[in-house]
Amino acid sequence: MKKLFKRMSVLLAAGFLILVAAGCGKPLADQDALARAKKADTLVWGVKADTRLFGLMDVKTGSIKGFEVDMAKALTKQILGSKGKAELVQITSDTRVPMLKGGNVDAVIGTMTITPERQKVLNFSDSYFNAGQSLLVPKDSKIKSVKDLTAGTKVIGVQGSNSVDNIRKVAPATKVLQLSDYAQAFTALKSHQGDALTTDNGILYGMSQQDPRYVVVGGSFTKEPYGIAMNKGQTNLTNAMNKALKTLRQNGTYEKLINKWFGDVPGFDIKEVG
Amino acid sequence: MFKIMFSNWDALLSGLGYTLMASVIALIASLIIGTAFALMEISLHKWVRVIGKAYVEFIRNIPLLVIAMAFYVIVPQFIMQMDGFTAGTIGLTIYTSAFIAETVRAGIQSVPNGQMEGARSNGLSYMQAMTHVVFPQAIKLVIPPLGNQFINLVKNSSVLAFVAGFDLMYQGKLIANATFNTFDTYLAVGVLYLVITMPMSYAMRYLEKRWHTA
Amino acid sequence: MQNFINAYSAVNLSYLLRGLWVTIEVSVVSIFFSFLIGTLLGIARYVKIKYFSAIVGFIIDLIRNLPLLLLLFFTYFALPNIGLRLSVIPASIVAMTVFESAMLAEIIRSGIGAVPVGQMEAARSNGMSYSQAMLQIILPQAFKKMIPPLVSQFISLVKDTSLATIILLPELTQHAQIIYGQNVNYTIPMFVALAVLYFIVNYALSVGSRIIDHRLN
Repeated sequence: MKKLFKRMSVLLAAGFLILVAAGCGKPLADQDALARAKKADTLVWGVKADTRLFGLMDVKTGSIKGFEVDMAKALTKQILGSKGKAELVQITSDTRVPMLKGGNVDAVIGTMTITPERQKVLNFSDSYFNAGQSLLVPKDSKIKSVKDLTAGTKVIGVQGSNSVDNIRKVAPATKVLQLSDYAQAFTALKSHQGDALTTDNGILYGMSQQDPRYVVVGGSFTKEPYGIAMNKGQTNLTNAMNKALKTLRQNGTYEKLINKWFGDVPGFDIKEVG
Repeated sequence: MFKIMFSNWDALLSGLGYTLMASVIALIASLIIGTAFALMEISLHKWVRVIGKAYVEFIRNIPLLVIAMAFYVIVPQFIMQMDGFTAGTIGLTIYTSAFIAETVRAGIQSVPNGQMEGARSNGLSYMQAMTHVVFPQAIKLVIPPLGNQFINLVKNSSVLAFVAGFDLMYQGKLIANATFNTFDTYLAVGVLYLVITMPMSYAMRYLEKRWHTA
Repeated sequence: MQNFINAYSAVNLSYLLRGLWVTIEVSVVSIFFSFLIGTLLGIARYVKIKYFSAIVGFIIDLIRNLPLLLLLFFTYFALPNIGLRLSVIPASIVAMTVFESAMLAEIIRSGIGAVPVGQMEAARSNGMSYSQAMLQIILPQAFKKMIPPLVSQFISLVKDTSLATIILLPELTQHAQIIYGQNVNYTIPMFVALAVLYFIVNYALSVGSRIIDHRLN
């Protein structure tokens, strides 16, 4: 038995070394994502599944639907040709950066604002959607704008979203609670865990559409241009993404998708977002 | 990892504080509730036994996350305001109380029946016999498993991260999101958990060995 | 009441059951692998090979003393670093297996330790080799005694799969969250469903273990 174990431990160590040697050479994050995607005919996208209008799980079919999902599919066809497949992986604001940095996904299209801090660690495409941060409150709430967020109020935000940093700047007295995704955050608002929920207007309008007892108030107090995020150094994929985005804007696909998802959302101005 | 640790020391420390606070509160509360249910489980009345057993069996078979989330989501909608830390700690207490009930019951039952009978025949009441004769003997058997329950509590309190409970895991997630340095952040968080749980775990093993041979 | 009827629509129920299926799938595969690995680690720890056992023991202790939540995060985000892009189901299985193997190793080590030393000596003096004695005499006796703690660890594993919602494993708890996330009136019905479904699976496991335990001992 002891002999057996000695042999086994040698084997295990050898196996581990091989794994490390095989792996260490090329962590996924460092490989050229575009070349790999072309070889596999598949681009792996991180998309939201908790955000109405952008990316929401359809319980009936078990698939994710929304503007960003349609964009991901259209962009994939542009980049990889008609055979190209878009593989969708669920992300949240909380998990999207580690998944990009780690290499779990090639690109993220998930209501992600282009910010200088994020640009230090990620590549961004040109903006595909111009949102602005706003507030969602119960219909009978006293809070009408960010000015009403005084000491003693609680605002719900989502981990990993820059809206949390923004609200701290414009309403420093309010207490911020961060939940892991938008579904949890909206449930927390409905459970009276906070007085308002803050994030970008597009997402908030989706929540208001789902449950009209909650309304978007105060207009937008920031500018949030959404970009497609890729890992730092993926220049080829970033260039291909920008080219594909331009083509979709020129051939009318982009406008069609915007109209499909945001055309009949009350209170939402589709001219502002493009 | 050290850079992350030092530059976010305040946040990590406050997270650790909430983790420990939740664990200690839940340990004490679940010790009381758990002992009560253990006594119910060995009660002389059939229906009290049934209720005790049902509680323990039910809670033991449901994930902690589900219990904590239920308190966080349902209670404020219908009953009263309850923040994430409170909801999480109540969830931890209820979950752990079922395991403590089992531990305490096993401890009490391992004390030979003759002890109770002897005490009773010497004129002690059931309660007196329990507190003066049976409990002191059971406690030696119960302490190491209770220590292990505390380690579990520290680890399990990470579910507070799901309900914005300000614990170590929650702070870790916020730091990871702010610094974009996931790997080092969770390494630092892991080290802080180990600082609490590893010494506890070795201490319990030592006690178990010592009292077992004694 | 109306909420309950609406919440348990065919669409929602089938979505919940799909989640339950993932829970069971991840649990069964993780139980299988962690039982195998846990047994090997448990023996490795018991036989006391110089250095090797001590190192194995230390690693086991490290893993046992970390929250599973942390291991799930780590595994999911760290695996691509060694060139492996696992989707969320296999990644969860890897994390659960690592954690549960360490937990099981402890149970198995103490189970083997509880078999009287005389058993091994008797087997050896009857001409069996160390590994023969271990496999044919010691382990079967140890496993017989270990059934209750083993199964309660398996139950923990089933419950712990709910933590993988943090990396968006599409299991039972996450599916319930998605359903009540889209309609707040379904909150209570969904939690009731979660409690019932987890209870059924885990209670079945514990009843099964009691029957086997009773037969063997």
